[in-house]
Amino acid sequence: MEFLYSAIIILVTILLAVPLGRYVSKVFKGEKTLLDFFEPIEKLIFKVSGVNPLSEMDWKQNLKALLTINLVWFIWIMFVLLTQTWHPFWNPDNILSMEPTQAFNTAVSFVTNTNLQHYSGETGASYFTQLLALAFLQFVSAGTGIAALALLFKGLANKSTRNLGNFYYHLVRACTRILLPLSIVLAVVLLLNQTPMTFKGSETIVTLQGDTVSVARGPVAAMVAIKQLGTNGGGFFGPNSTHPFENPNGITNAAENAAILLIPIAMVFALGYYLNRKKLSYIIIAVMTAGYLMLLIPTIVQETGGNPKITQMGITQPQGSMEGKEAGFGPVLSALWSISTTVTSNGSVNSMHDSFTALSGAFQMMGMQLNAFYGGVGVGFINMFIFMIIAVFISGLMVGRTPEFLGKKIEVREVKIAILVALLHPLLILGGTALASHTWMITENPGEVLKWLNNPGFHGFSEMLYEFTSAAANNGSGFEGLGDNTPFWNISAGIAMLLGRYIPIIGPIMIAGLLSQKKYIPESAGTLKLDSGMFGVMLFAVILIVGALLFIPALVLGPVSEYLTI
Amino acid sequence: MSKHPRVSKLFQKELVAEAFKHSFVKLNPAAMIKNPVMFVVELGTVIMLVMSFYLLAKPDAVQGSFGYNLAITMVLFITVLFANFAEALAEARGKAQAETLRRTRQETPANVLMPGGELKKVMSSELKKGDVFVTAAGEIIATDGEIIEGIATIDESAITGESAPVIREAGGDRSGVTGGTKVLTDFIKVQVTTEKGESFLDKMITLVEGAKRQKTPNEIALTILLSGFTLMFLIVTVTLEPFGRFANTPIAIASLISLFVCLIPTTIGGLLSAIGIAGMDRALRANIIAKSGRAVETAGDIDTLLLDKTGTITIGNRKATNFYNVNGMPDSDFIKYCVLSSIADETPEGKSILELAKKSNIEVNLSDHKDDTFIKFTAQTRMSGLDTKNGLSVRKGSIDTIRDLVQSGGKSIPVNMQKIVAEIASNGGTPLAVAVNGEAAGVIQLEDIIKTGIQERFERLRKMGVKTVMVTGDNPLTAKFIAGKAGVDDFIAEAKPEDKMNYIKTEQRSGKLVAMMGDGTNDAPALAQADVGVAMNSGTQAAKEAGNMVDLDNDPTKLIEVVEIGKQLLITRGALTTFSIANDVAKYFAIVPALFIASIPELQALNIMGLVSPQSAILSAVIFNAIIIPILIPLALKGVAYRPLGAESLLARNLLIYGLGGVIVPFAGIKLIDVLLTIFNLV
Repeated sequence: MEFLYSAIIILVTILLAVPLGRYVSKVFKGEKTLLDFFEPIEKLIFKVSGVNPLSEMDWKQNLKALLTINLVWFIWIMFVLLTQTWHPFWNPDNILSMEPTQAFNTAVSFVTNTNLQHYSGETGASYFTQLLALAFLQFVSAGTGIAALALLFKGLANKSTRNLGNFYYHLVRACTRILLPLSIVLAVVLLLNQTPMTFKGSETIVTLQGDTVSVARGPVAAMVAIKQLGTNGGGFFGPNSTHPFENPNGITNAAENAAILLIPIAMVFALGYYLNRKKLSYIIIAVMTAGYLMLLIPTIVQETGGNPKITQMGITQPQGSMEGKEAGFGPVLSALWSISTTVTSNGSVNSMHDSFTALSGAFQMMGMQLNAFYGGVGVGFINMFIFMIIAVFISGLMVGRTPEFLGKKIEVREVKIAILVALLHPLLILGGTALASHTWMITENPGEVLKWLNNPGFHGFSEMLYEFTSAAANNGSGFEGLGDNTPFWNISAGIAMLLGRYIPIIGPIMIAGLLSQKKYIPESAGTLKLDSGMFGVMLFAVILIVGALLFIPALVLGPVSEYLTI
Repeated sequence: MSKHPRVSKLFQKELVAEAFKHSFVKLNPAAMIKNPVMFVVELGTVIMLVMSFYLLAKPDAVQGSFGYNLAITMVLFITVLFANFAEALAEARGKAQAETLRRTRQETPANVLMPGGELKKVMSSELKKGDVFVTAAGEIIATDGEIIEGIATIDESAITGESAPVIREAGGDRSGVTGGTKVLTDFIKVQVTTEKGESFLDKMITLVEGAKRQKTPNEIALTILLSGFTLMFLIVTVTLEPFGRFANTPIAIASLISLFVCLIPTTIGGLLSAIGIAGMDRALRANIIAKSGRAVETAGDIDTLLLDKTGTITIGNRKATNFYNVNGMPDSDFIKYCVLSSIADETPEGKSILELAKKSNIEVNLSDHKDDTFIKFTAQTRMSGLDTKNGLSVRKGSIDTIRDLVQSGGKSIPVNMQKIVAEIASNGGTPLAVAVNGEAAGVIQLEDIIKTGIQERFERLRKMGVKTVMVTGDNPLTAKFIAGKAGVDDFIAEAKPEDKMNYIKTEQRSGKLVAMMGDGTNDAPALAQADVGVAMNSGTQAAKEAGNMVDLDNDPTKLIEVVEIGKQLLITRGALTTFSIANDVAKYFAIVPALFIASIPELQALNIMGLVSPQSAILSAVIFNAIIIPILIPLALKGVAYRPLGAESLLARNLLIYGLGGVIVPFAGIKLIDVLLTIFNLV
């Protein structure tokens, strides 16, 4: 039953993504759409901010705009977090200002669309922070990714011109035309299913047992909608979508799970419509879906198989492994969510990833390490683009021509940028984990001094690996056994998030800028066509060998060893 | 792929000996650093060597025995040597090939014409650019140059292998002579066109010599990609050290370095420069002198090929096959007029008219026309003829020019003649018209014979995605007929030099790369404009300077071969890169369990090859990694077999052979080495 249910969620999401992709392509191109009544709002925003949305910029100017406005947001969110004690309104529970390294981590986390939360929403952030800093960033950081993708599309479509369009134009419209309307729809669904939306502080209730309990609530529905749609993942409450107020029932679970995948998939269809190469988008969707299923199916198998330790005790587990899962969702829907949220760099959870069986942890991490099976909003395809450049280069040689990407030659500079970007992920993830392992090993009595790990064995290693993987992939989920609210983790994960966000945007936009200026070479029988099944196979092989292989030794030492020794 | 006679064996004794010597010379780190992948292997070897001797002094159970460490050191060292050997062998073969060409230009004395007019004997090595020397029948031409006076038959067999002598003469498009060739008849004055050491051949030799060789753009891009992979795997191995400590499994330096060397793309890294040199060498074997490696690479990208009809598509020149007399005069008179009007036509077509007339026993005694005016045929007038002093005026030329001539006298071409002209043209022949005293007299039919097998070659090119364009001076009707029959995609009829140029520019504007072949000074601008311009060695100096390749055989079909050489070069690089990276899968399965198995015995489950011990697993993997290089040397030097398939089938095929093969082969290879090591008790 759950299998069918999962299959329906995936299928319906892909089907919904097709018209959405077509719509996104129109938005990018500035064509007429049904939502043109937003135009006055957009005009007002441009007028107030003094931006001429129609002035065309080259890749350098666009990147400068992107980075500058992101810096401004970072400063704003730092300010809000460090001054919570004095928030004038929307702080009924009198939440205090954040500790500086935690504030740094949180600010970076939300600017970079990661939403790695080293705090707990109900006790660490005021409603003022939640709405004006965090939820605001959930919109604009997602918008940044989408706008960056719009620049990339323009670069690919251009023939011998420099201009990639205007970043601000795309940023505003990504928010007003794509994220906002979809969020309203999802928020209404959530509201109809009893997700709270209130500015009143926690409510005190008396339970049946007679205990007095303080129940946290707040403007939840609005934030949950954008957290899912914008691949943010940062929940209103610490337990995220395992919390009954964030994800009350099966309907919200299905809607939120679909929302996680919807925009990333739609972006690839948008590519097909934008470049008028629909078959290319089908091939990419096929590669992404193959990768998604490659991780999802074994995870479902692992989770429904139950916990081997419990099996060894002679206890049957007809429901599968239920540790850390909601009784209502069960292992299949939890597995579905956990892989959906890790491949897309979303990071919201409806179950505790730390409690999954050992190998499932490896599949979740692999999803983030590759970060291109659907991927984050906008940045998902941008990551895939780097794999595509490498695949095009090698397969282009194999057909005996200087490699071409959609009619543009891939030469020294493009290869250089692509390989540098591809280097970043292993550097951050493996380098970061190595740093943490080393620190742990050289510290005397680390369990007492550092207090990160409750179980320093293979699982402890997985927890550290997961944290850096999640930070570098801008995912935001965690193996929550890790005590991560320490200066070491706040700062190191913060740096990983920053580099993991901006370098994979800067590199591809640079490549798009370079390709944009090149001469277009028409296709011939000797040209390698990217919209062929064979290129799909090549791309998938490159992702596995260049991407996945790098992380195998680390995964062997973590989840695989845990699995084998259990 | 080539039908050339000078294909030598891959491993010739003396070449191998020289390459062996050079593989040690190339160990010099300053030279190695040009190849980043192999440079880090050399660095790893040094570290292992230090480590081995350190262990001799201070044994350490974690690091393994001295013997084991030394064994790894040796295997790594041999890996570097194998890579150097591949490059050295490719160089040696290239140089040997160039040497055989150079041997033709031993020291030869030349009679240099001094300013005063007297002759002075100068050795060829001392000739300077601009010197003029004379060569008479029976003498060897001292160096490359251009004929400035005279005409001669020359035996070029020393260079081209073609025994039939050729005619070279001053002023025309066939004025170039090559040093080392022999003058058979007559006497020529030759001007030296290149400075000593700067001839095309000298340039070619630097292209195959490692030290001076410039990497081509595509090779640089690939080197960057491979360096990037190397860095990735450096991160993987370096971080494993703290990971191992965290998991209470200290990892030996030897294991880390072995893992690193196995994972980085040493196979392609070791063979990359050999592939490039071999590509140049293959061009040289086809008797093509490329002025840069880039030109050969670009050849593989060519979208459009401009081919001269004559010599490429049709055999030699058109020949006169029929006279059509329309005026009612006796046939013998008509043929005589045809002959008279063609005497001043030096083109092969003109000469063929005289030959055909001879068959009808009609010849003209030149002494009868001593005082008459002959009108020479030129490309501009496209007409030749004769004006006698007693008022007879005969003209022969293309239909258009004769029509203009006739019409200017107020007359017209008769209907029956127009019918004949149309019929000849639609059958692929070329009609020439003859006018006597301003009146149309008849038609001469010229016919082409299309080379056998040329359709298949064009089909092959079409599958590669290359568009073929036939360039001809024929009228559009004739051109269309021949184009259709030969199977070319497009044609330029009634081509003037600027038409070629315009066609190239139009193609380039739409993003296409164009190749052409040419010989005349007229062709020089187009040769320079084309992305690949192949000049014939017999062509003028201007043409040779403008193009980026020179064909010693003067064979117009060579362009097709050039395209294939270029493609083969890139395919070989791509295939070996894929193979090299695909190998990593098996190497992971060999080494990763071996690293941790001592403290995590359960990892035996990952040892799917069933390798005997961790040490034998690691040793087998590095040995496989080393010997795969020499095993692939023949492939690198000969190039991957090229098949004219569409891009997708070509990718499927190469992905299957080199990708899937690259995954499977090392599983078998490593297992086999492990078994051998165990049998001989080496681990």
